Amino acid sequence: MSLTTILQHCLTGISLGGAYALIAIGYTMVYGILRLINFAHGEIFMMAGYFMIFSMASIPWFISVPLVTAATIILGVAIERAAYKPLRTAPRMSIMISAIGVSYLLQNLATYLFTAIPKGYPEIPFLKKIFRIGDLSASLVTFLTPVLTIILVFLLMQLINHTKVGMAMRAVSKDFETSRLMGIKIDTIISITFVIGSALAAIGSILYFTDRMSVTPFSGTLPGLKCFVAAVFGGIGSIPGAVVGGFVIGVVETLLVAMGYSTFSDAFTFLLLIVMLLFRPTGLFGEKSTDKV
Amino acid sequence: MLKISDLYVAYGGIEAVKGISLEVPDGAIVTLIGANGAGKSTTLRTICGLVKPKSGSISYLGEEITNVPTEQLVKKGITLVPEGRRVFPDLTVEENLKIGAYLRSGEDLTEDFKWIYDLFPRLKERSWQPAGTLSGGEQQMLAVGRALMGHPKLMMMDEPSLGLAPLVVQGIFDIIKEVHKQGVTILLIEQNANMALRIADYGYVLETGVITMDNTGAALLSNEEVRAAYLGKKRK
Repeated sequence: MSLTTILQHCLTGISLGGAYALIAIGYTMVYGILRLINFAHGEIFMMAGYFMIFSMASIPWFISVPLVTAATIILGVAIERAAYKPLRTAPRMSIMISAIGVSYLLQNLATYLFTAIPKGYPEIPFLKKIFRIGDLSASLVTFLTPVLTIILVFLLMQLINHTKVGMAMRAVSKDFETSRLMGIKIDTIISITFVIGSALAAIGSILYFTDRMSVTPFSGTLPGLKCFVAAVFGGIGSIPGAVVGGFVIGVVETLLVAMGYSTFSDAFTFLLLIVMLLFRPTGLFGEKSTDKV
Repeated sequence: MLKISDLYVAYGGIEAVKGISLEVPDGAIVTLIGANGAGKSTTLRTICGLVKPKSGSISYLGEEITNVPTEQLVKKGITLVPEGRRVFPDLTVEENLKIGAYLRSGEDLTEDFKWIYDLFPRLKERSWQPAGTLSGGEQQMLAVGRALMGHPKLMMMDEPSLGLAPLVVQGIFDIIKEVHKQGVTILLIEQNANMALRIADYGYVLETGVITMDNTGAALLSNEEVRAAYLGKKRK
């Protein structure tokens, strides 16, 4: 393989990784605050794909994008309110099972409403325009995805580390009860977490599907699982961890396909999960408890 | 200021508090003493809405607050310094204080920071450290400082001396007196009956969910039964 080809594949991988990272953030943030693995997150991502298909059928892209993002946010928050909030004081296993239930519900609902036949994903013309940098050529979306991911992550980190809401999120993720004693409305903070997670899933969905042309009710399953692995790999609960995890999985997966091992590319992701859990269960940037000195 | 009448609290069928009535007058230090499992913490947690009572009523400044959510009570000026301090370990000292003023959005907090740092110079030295790295005594100072940032009228404290060295305990009680001097009414629960009764205007003795005695702090301190049960003095 020539250097150009390798670089070309790396670029594709980084782009895929960016979309993964955006979805992985949703897993890691919800875990951070609720200690819940939101198994429905992959399906939220899939639904965002369908929203875009229907929206673009009659509305131009620059209105569709915010509209789809808003619809995805409503879906995400509605799921939290309906399926997770009533279980706030229940054992953690119950809420996890509820999440699995929501995941299958959405999948089957989509099959029922939209059938299992792949639906073509609409093209946003300027995203598909081919760009060249030296010998590398790719559509704009490939270049845009990692850049947009980095910008969004930067903004998110600013929000979490330097605003009042962010401070409240960090407090709630550590201690519900004491947060309430500070006057923080727990439910509002949890909803904000779902708003952010769902918005990023919607943007990730647009970037991901633009490169993949079609959506089925099962389109969310595998990317969802991979992004979950990315979050665990980076250390679940850590946002930079989820981003690094997303990029690593995206790049390695693409390179394996390029080298002709496409059969093994998915297996790699899950092998990574097993190895990580065996040797470093808290992940790359996993939560370390602050020790008293 | 705070009036509890005939309060019952149960955890899944087990009654932890069985019909207690007590009163905290404006500007006083009132203490609730008793052994482990007497229902002291449950009482405080019920007052601030973290636990729902089975029956009975709690009123604050003449207003019924029995089922008002915690966040609103904080807004009304009731604060709890929880047992075990519960500072946010990953937030810095300064952020912990800032979050204490969470509901006072948009206000300038410079004066408040100065006030707290004057009260606890140790916290100023450590304002950039994560709270989890502080010593137990410093964490207790931070927990008190954090509560004060909300400008409470009534501060409830759950075992502030728990797990602290005797010298530090003395310091904590000095702080309580200082906070009280600044006009905050205090409801204190303690196993360290000796220290608590010394600074309290009035005390209640709680035993397995029932109030068995109540009197002024000084009177309880010299009471034979109290001395035998909580102060380790032998009956003559």
